Amino acid sequence: MGKFIKLKKGFTINLAGKAAPKVVEPEQPETFVIKPADFHGIYLPKVVIKEGDSVKAGTALFHDKKHENILFTSPVSGEIVEVKRGEKRKLLEIKILADKKVEFELFPKFSVSDIANLPVQEIKNQILKSGIWPSIVQRPYGVVADPTTTPKAIHISAFDTHPLAPDYNVLFKGQDQAFQVGVDVLKKLTSGAVHVNTHSTSEVSTVFSQVKGVEVNKFSGQHPAGCVGVQIHHIDPINKGDVVWTITPLGVIQIGKLFSQGIYDASKLVAIAGSEVKNPQYYKTYTGASVKKFLENNLNNDHVRVISGNPLTGTAIGKDGHLGFFDQQVSVIPEGDYYEFVGWITPGARKLSFHRSIGLFSFLSPNKERVVDTNTHGEPRAFVQTGIFEQVTPMDILPTHLLKSILAEDIDEMEALGIYEVIEEDLALCEFVDVSKHKVQEILREGLDLVQNS
Amino acid sequence: MNFLRNQLDKVKHNFERGQKWEKYYYAYEALDTFMFAPNTTNDVKGSQIRDAIDLKRLMMTVIIGMVPCLLFGIWNVGHQHFLAIGQAGATLGDKLWVGALQVVPIIIISYGVGLGIEFIFSTLRKHPVNEGFLVTGMLIPLVMPPDVPLWQVAVATAFAVIIGKEAFGGTGMNVVNVALTARAFLYFAYPSDLSGDVWTFIGDGQAVAGYSGATPLSLAADAATTGVNVVQSFNSFGAGWNEGVFTLSNLFMGIRPGSIGETSTLMCLIGALILIATGAGSWKIIVSVFGGAYVMGLFLNLVGGNAFTQMPAHYHLVIGGLAFGAVFMATDPVTASQTETGKWVYGFLIGLFTVLIRVFNPAYPEGIMLAILLMNVFAPLIDYFVVSANKKRRLQRATV
Repeated sequence: MGKFIKLKKGFTINLAGKAAPKVVEPEQPETFVIKPADFHGIYLPKVVIKEGDSVKAGTALFHDKKHENILFTSPVSGEIVEVKRGEKRKLLEIKILADKKVEFELFPKFSVSDIANLPVQEIKNQILKSGIWPSIVQRPYGVVADPTTTPKAIHISAFDTHPLAPDYNVLFKGQDQAFQVGVDVLKKLTSGAVHVNTHSTSEVSTVFSQVKGVEVNKFSGQHPAGCVGVQIHHIDPINKGDVVWTITPLGVIQIGKLFSQGIYDASKLVAIAGSEVKNPQYYKTYTGASVKKFLENNLNNDHVRVISGNPLTGTAIGKDGHLGFFDQQVSVIPEGDYYEFVGWITPGARKLSFHRSIGLFSFLSPNKERVVDTNTHGEPRAFVQTGIFEQVTPMDILPTHLLKSILAEDIDEMEALGIYEVIEEDLALCEFVDVSKHKVQEILREGLDLVQNS
Repeated sequence: MNFLRNQLDKVKHNFERGQKWEKYYYAYEALDTFMFAPNTTNDVKGSQIRDAIDLKRLMMTVIIGMVPCLLFGIWNVGHQHFLAIGQAGATLGDKLWVGALQVVPIIIISYGVGLGIEFIFSTLRKHPVNEGFLVTGMLIPLVMPPDVPLWQVAVATAFAVIIGKEAFGGTGMNVVNVALTARAFLYFAYPSDLSGDVWTFIGDGQAVAGYSGATPLSLAADAATTGVNVVQSFNSFGAGWNEGVFTLSNLFMGIRPGSIGETSTLMCLIGALILIATGAGSWKIIVSVFGGAYVMGLFLNLVGGNAFTQMPAHYHLVIGGLAFGAVFMATDPVTASQTETGKWVYGFLIGLFTVLIRVFNPAYPEGIMLAILLMNVFAPLIDYFVVSANKKRRLQRATV
């Protein structure tokens, strides 16, 4: 039996421009890109193709020098048009000019009964070869999972509470079978359970409610209830020495298709959302797609920021940028590079705030959808402990003290205060509500790198 | 506003790195961001959106919480002045005028000196001017006696900002409350100006016959030796020139001599409501300071001993500066306990020590100042235990 956990703390950022539950199959973009920066814990990517090579979906593009068996593969078939490098020849991205019709590398297929009898090593090899392995993320640190370890549990968050988050009922509709196969495969990789964590109040897709052989846990509460790190904390917390894996439902479905159909199917639905999008809805495309075609004639104005992912944890990519590896969401919000006369005191309900300080009235209408731009609304200042971080962190973790221990580079203290249990997304709300405008996620990643490399 | 923006943009480049006024960048930044919320946007990675709050607005919220105390204080300074010189019939306008003449210069001096030092340090240390002083600059006048010499305000403010704050690294790093440091500095450096007949501004006037500058705290302290019933001595005080000044209801309203802003428990409670409703002050600290004082008062009632210990416990909540300290000083987020559990302990001990100091240490009749300073020093220790408990929970979980 799964658990039912009520979270009282948190804050759901209610933005205007959520995607309507409508799926369109657009003309596919010309280029697709894989960026090593989307993955943590890669030591040195070693490129195994050259510009001009043709690849299929599932053909290896590069691997990590430390873990040569973890392959990063092409999501589509086509021609490699650019291997882009930066300073010191650091690999930035590999760009593929896609064919009209996707051709797949073929991997062995298995029936349900075959999978039950497959040796663990063979399962791992197949996932590694296909390029799906990097969607398995290891806690602590939020890095690409180490294939030599056996996690104590595998967690799948079956809902997203981020701002403008896509609806999982739309994203994974009709994928019940692939998800079940994926779960069956994953079960063989852990010594413990596979947890599927659902939301208690919203409608749960049959993909998650009908799946067999897993622990289905229920969560209620505001963001970050959908963050898998918060869920793990309440179900089966990570202690020093523990290894836990997390994977998105999309990753599970891809693994399912890999074993039942023998292909790496990188197709995904992507929500194009945000206040500046004319028709916020879902588009069918592939991992790493150029977002240019989805935004053409689809924006309310030109002065916008295009984010791969959600506005809390995503990355700005520009109007002709490419989707991140994990992202199933593109958010388009107004740029905020304007001055505001005595903006630090002007009152109004228009500005979104978690706080209730003088002049901030947004708390009076929490259900109203708001337009929020990228302005910082203030300048960086010294840490002032107002206790606000604690109000948006539904975990038995003291975020202020943890962040201070990171700034002091005190590794023992970071361990004792629970750095193993969190990654950037779990504390992203702290960055949003911070009065002193600290870069909380950046600080946390520095701490994670420090602990990992010590 | 475009004109102003253009003017600022015209000079802005002079302050940037490598330009002629580079040194004064942070001074310029403070002015620019005061006039205009900056046009900076969030980084390409991480949170792309930010809450509309900033430190300026948070500090402004606390200042607005102090406005009832300030306005009441200005009126009360005038009111007490006219009572003391025997002109009880003075008009409201006269009272406000006399009060404003006394109080406004103190505010100007406090802000002028404090902000001046902040700007100098921000230039020397190359750090932004933090807005913390906006609150401190208002707190200092409110805890000064009405006829404090202006030069003393200047010296105390300078001492508090330099020794109490900048020596520790500026806003956010100070150990003890800056405004209380100013008050404590005066208390120990110029004791004769901060005790006795200083709580009423008399000015050029002549005090009426029977006038006395005693305060409820000094009366109660006297009672400890003379053995007079404290409540009776409160109720009979002021006969002939300020009838009923120390009755319970009057103490609660705060129409009595005292420091400029701290006399009225009612105004402090209105301030507390503003702070709690806006989330700018911790309700846990405010409630637990009052609770700690009341519990200690009750305990002393039980123990007995002298007339002061037998004073009804609720009197402790309305005399002296307990309410003001609880609402505006103890809640200072920098110097208070930073953990939620710690806040209960921190506040409770402040209340407890306030009453303890009042009753058993007649040399320092006002206990709240010393109690808060003491607990400011101990707040990190309280947090240490709370944080250790959190770590311990995590460790125990690991072995299960």
